[in-house]
Amino acid sequence: MTFNFLGNPLTLTLLVLSVAGVGYFLARRRAMARAGGDARVLHSLPNYYGMTAAMFAAVPALGVMVIWLLAQPMLIQNAVVPLLPAAATETAGTTSLVLSDVNRVAGGLTLAIEQGVLDAPAIAALRDDPSTLRATLAGVGVALGSEVEPYVLAAAETTRGLEARWGLVRGLVVVALGLAGLALAVRAADPAFRARNVVERGMMALLIAAASLAILTTLGIVLSMLFETINFFSLHPWQDFFLGGNWAPNFRGNSELSILPLLWGTLYISIIALMVAVPVGLFAAIYLSEYASPQLRSAAKPLLEILAGIPTIVYGLFALITVGPFLVSVFGAGGLLSAEGLRDGDALMSGATAVITAGLVMGIMLIPFVSSLSDDIINAVPQSLRDGSYGLGATPSETIRNVVLPAALPGIVGAILLAASRAIGETMIVVLGAGAIARISGNPFEAMTTITTRIVSQLTGDTDFASQETLVAFALGLTLFVLTLGLNVVALYIVRKYREQYE
Amino acid sequence: MRDNTQTPEAQVAQKSKISATGVQVHYGDTHAIKDVNVEIEDKTVTAFIGPSGCGKSTFLRCINRMNDTIDICRVQGKILLDGEDIYDPKVDPVQLRAKVGMVFQKPNPFPKSIYDNVAYGPRIHGLARNKAELDEIVERALRRGAIWDEVKDRLAAPGTGLSGGQQQRLCIARAVATEPEVLLMDEPCSALDPIATAQVEELIDELRQNYSVVIVTHSMQQAARVSQRTAFFHLGNLVEFGDTDKIFTTPEDPRTESYITGRIG
Repeated sequence: MTFNFLGNPLTLTLLVLSVAGVGYFLARRRAMARAGGDARVLHSLPNYYGMTAAMFAAVPALGVMVIWLLAQPMLIQNAVVPLLPAAATETAGTTSLVLSDVNRVAGGLTLAIEQGVLDAPAIAALRDDPSTLRATLAGVGVALGSEVEPYVLAAAETTRGLEARWGLVRGLVVVALGLAGLALAVRAADPAFRARNVVERGMMALLIAAASLAILTTLGIVLSMLFETINFFSLHPWQDFFLGGNWAPNFRGNSELSILPLLWGTLYISIIALMVAVPVGLFAAIYLSEYASPQLRSAAKPLLEILAGIPTIVYGLFALITVGPFLVSVFGAGGLLSAEGLRDGDALMSGATAVITAGLVMGIMLIPFVSSLSDDIINAVPQSLRDGSYGLGATPSETIRNVVLPAALPGIVGAILLAASRAIGETMIVVLGAGAIARISGNPFEAMTTITTRIVSQLTGDTDFASQETLVAFALGLTLFVLTLGLNVVALYIVRKYREQYE
Repeated sequence: MRDNTQTPEAQVAQKSKISATGVQVHYGDTHAIKDVNVEIEDKTVTAFIGPSGCGKSTFLRCINRMNDTIDICRVQGKILLDGEDIYDPKVDPVQLRAKVGMVFQKPNPFPKSIYDNVAYGPRIHGLARNKAELDEIVERALRRGAIWDEVKDRLAAPGTGLSGGQQQRLCIARAVATEPEVLLMDEPCSALDPIATAQVEELIDELRQNYSVVIVTHSMQQAARVSQRTAFFHLGNLVEFGDTDKIFTTPEDPRTESYITGRIG
């Protein structure tokens, strides 16, 4: 097949782009020619005619190609499923297993033919007894989980045939579209044609597409979580999830999957983190915005913001090897503040992983979030208010306490809420610093665990996506999402309301 | 006040409230005020006039050391308030600003209630022993600010919710609540409409009973209406200083005459 290259999306894309490139020069030249070589006669600069042609050639063609690429596997699958025996398509699970086998075999066959290991007659010979196929495919680098059944080979053959045929059709359609767009735009290249406005609209469409992609992705994330969560609640009573008191996943069944101990751990660690981050961050922001000289400020602010750039796993290591052992040396057995006498010889802290360890380190992580946002907000308080206060004989700290902070307060609250949603969503520090025991306890020196770390542990390793122990991760994730989304919405609302006051 | 060991400067200063000699101000590389000498009398309204950028606001801000809050600003020379040098290291600028109140060009009420705005100064300086006394101070200040009747029923409402003219009078009330001896006003009417301006001007005339008022203004009519003494600044120099009537009728310096007749500005 001489048109094979049309089936390859990459070469097809390059082809369409070169058509667009040709269109650019053709349209530009035609516009110039019809203007008699004088660019001032044209409605738009010559480049715009070229860009219009390139746009008309490339955008519809590539768009159709992308949609086709997304839709084709589904259509082929629908064509293949009726070929499979009834036993293989009993449940959705087995169907998807067989289909993935079919796809692997189809891919393997293509690869084998490319490498010259097999050819069409050899495959036809295997049709009745494909027992040697597994070894052959392993030879070209495609490992199969089991022997190839004859019906799988037949389905794979059909898949390959359909893919090759439709790939060719796709290629032809896309190239035809590209050429049609090119012809249309080049024909239109005329001094009276408003190419500049067309390009402008094209730019707007591009920007709209980018913006809606971001929004649609968010929507997609929410929906995928929502469907899995609905699956979970069909397997597990919601009363236990929201109101139960125990977290004890058990892959043999009989799990107790309640969010409350995890939510408690999450909130407890976040509160400790905020108790560290809010005062330190706020005071740092006040110092930087009100007291520090401009030179110091320009040096210190980026330094503080470096803290925000440290990967959280590094903070986790810091918690694990530095902060945890240090806290144990103070609060653990034999430590200065272990309170052993008060508690029948038990030290206050027994292990390095504890709520307080994770909370302290997370607090350090949040300092730049609080300080950087608060600094911006404090700077937004008009200088005239400070002048008014100084003019009445107030000191700088009185001015800050009585005038600047009250004026900046809504914004600062917004900053703190944003930091809180970071804390709630934080994972790595908690994995390494807080331990893995789900419990509801008021003692900050005990190990606890959070929603995020449980999501990780439920989804790592060999997981079966039909069991409630796995699906609970999605319910946890959705709850977390709703929680942080709520905090962010409140925070943004407050910050925005505040911004309007001075603008 | 010190007694028989007074320096000649202090004796001169006794007659006047504020006495500035050889004041120079630099903003970075810019020489904003060049060797200014001014005597400002007690219970008088003194107006500073001059074209934009002539240094009149800068000089005003020297009198209560507001320029200290600007890093690049350097002040040299001597400014005596009641015979004492306000740039002496012994003087606390914070205390000085309580004695020398200031009203700014743009009304700048704090985002607090009307009551709290006025009570701000008395509270930080501990002028009231109890709530009743504070109420009394606030009422007296608001009456002096000629705004009491308009706000007495809504003292708890935010000060930022008042109209521009009311806000400016609230700021004046806030400044007089700390019982200053001098009141500095930096173009207090430039953001106000003619009616609010008339109210504030009337107020300035009343304030003269108790305070020494210094007002910076762009409006020569305003200077003529409210002031007894006028100083004309031009390009950082004090060109002419004297009785308002004299400045506006028979100015000595040709530059003053050009300015008040509208030929330079």
